[in-house]
Amino acid sequence: MPGANIIPLFVIIPLFTAFFISLIGRFIKSTYVDIVSGLSSFLLLIFSFWGLAILGRCPETALVYKIGGWLPPFGICMVLDGLSNFMLVTVNIIAFLVVIYSFNYMEKYTDKPKFYTLFFLMLTGMNGVIVTGDLFNLFVFLEIASISSYALVAFGTEAEELEASFKYAIMGSVASAFIFIGIAFLYGFTSTLNMADMARVLSAKPSNWAVPFVSVLFLMGFGLKSALVPFHAWLPDAHSSAPASISAMLSGVLIKTLGVYALARIFFNVIGASGTVLSVLMFLGALSMLVAVILALSQWDLKRLLAYHSISQIGYVVLGIGLGTPLGILGGLFHLFNHSIFKSLLFLNSGAIDYSARTRDLREMSGLRKKLPVTAGTNLIASMSIAGIPPLNGFFSKLIIILACVQKGHIGYALAAVIASVLTLASFMKVQKFAFLGPLKEKYQAIKEVPPAMKFAMVSLATICILGGLLLLPSFSFFLNNAVNVLSDGRDYALAVFGAVLK
Amino acid sequence: MTLYLLCLALFCVGLYGVLRKRNLVKIIIGLGIMEYAMNLFFILLAYRYHGRSPIEAQDQQILQMVDPLPQALVLTSIVIGLAVTALVISIAIRIYEKYGTFDITEIKRLRG
Repeated sequence: MPGANIIPLFVIIPLFTAFFISLIGRFIKSTYVDIVSGLSSFLLLIFSFWGLAILGRCPETALVYKIGGWLPPFGICMVLDGLSNFMLVTVNIIAFLVVIYSFNYMEKYTDKPKFYTLFFLMLTGMNGVIVTGDLFNLFVFLEIASISSYALVAFGTEAEELEASFKYAIMGSVASAFIFIGIAFLYGFTSTLNMADMARVLSAKPSNWAVPFVSVLFLMGFGLKSALVPFHAWLPDAHSSAPASISAMLSGVLIKTLGVYALARIFFNVIGASGTVLSVLMFLGALSMLVAVILALSQWDLKRLLAYHSISQIGYVVLGIGLGTPLGILGGLFHLFNHSIFKSLLFLNSGAIDYSARTRDLREMSGLRKKLPVTAGTNLIASMSIAGIPPLNGFFSKLIIILACVQKGHIGYALAAVIASVLTLASFMKVQKFAFLGPLKEKYQAIKEVPPAMKFAMVSLATICILGGLLLLPSFSFFLNNAVNVLSDGRDYALAVFGAVLK
Repeated sequence: MTLYLLCLALFCVGLYGVLRKRNLVKIIIGLGIMEYAMNLFFILLAYRYHGRSPIEAQDQQILQMVDPLPQALVLTSIVIGLAVTALVISIAIRIYEKYGTFDITEIKRLRG
């Protein structure tokens, strides 16, 4: 299978870039560092779309790359199926645009090569989590991404950033400990670490106490990583303290890859989602949705407000996936994609305001629309999108989630989703009113719009926001439907992987 | 069984340290204890009574051997734990430079 040879490149390219930049970064001009990083992330974006094309052409539902030629139950394998490809496209779009944005934005920090090194290590971890087919390998990549994100949160080394990073590192390590123990239990129970093989063994064995116990451990671990409500305390600090381009990565894709993707992959494809687990997921999703949006209403720090909205929107994604019906999963995954687009855009906007006006406090800013037209325009699109105003992408995914709730008979959850959406709208109207409308303050007379690279990143994301709804059209729907099929097939994942291995 | 319970006790000691202690360094030590406990647990899972190390030699036959895979995995996990500890310690040192204290109840500029 020649097509499978591109799978390891998703790990190799960012890892090599990180190594290369850290090695030569201090000897060359920072423009060249920018060019190397931009090229590398562009290459990753092209490969992720190419993977989509390869997967569309081949008859199997999954492509498997065997590392070192060892057959799967013994060696580590990498799997590219509909869900992995969906996540790869999401992650690499955001990563590419954030790298472009960082060309100018990161200039106020002293050490750009170190930033790119950590950034690409984080990208290595995320791409690795997505493509791996081995449970322990997933843990290793998860830790690579987590450790580099702890360091990136503390990148500015100011007092608040260090404090947030310490909190995040401790919580993240506790989460990793729970995940590790869960993996140890599963290994003891099934004597295998390959996820497909584990699914096969688990469906052949009679059920006993081990599976629910492991489910609880994973729910705690990945719940902490994805900041569902009882485990959310670290997120507002960490995401609001990091540099804006990193906040965009953390809120946009990191919590989804390490949290929601890993959770869905393990629960649906490996352990097999039981009714109890699904109802716990739905409950946690609805709780996160409501609690976080209420907490967000009272925030005056722009980035902290956005961070609370991340928790709330993750609630929508988890609620959709937790419904377990194909329609619900479609809504959840579509909202995952949309949220990563508009939340990254909102964080990049907050970075642009910070870059020009040097403030993050909503009470300080006023009338910035006159001086920052591009930022204000893209922010308006993103705000309407997150609040679910009709022609934009956020509306369609929220509508699908609410319809799926009604279809399955959970009227209460549907109502909660509507209420959370209304409160989100209220909160973003506050942002618009205080930041962009109103009279321009005297001290902001001299500020200028951000440089072109930052504008390019924001305008591209806003374009995707406007066009995102088109993904539901029949000619593009394979992108989402392939991902939905992987999750709704459940343990047939094992058949797909072994079928691809034997080819 | 006793060994597993002791392992659980060690894990709980670590978790207590992380959750209840006020000193940053003690929290980090608690994290370390937790990591030891989970590594120990994984090694215990692989242990077989009267087992020996799984090394093939030409002239002897191995009847009982321990499972070698978790040993390899735990080596990886120890390295990850080392990286986390090093990073967290360096952050704690920088926090001490900024705040002049290791007490987490006094390190609270972030709120809301």
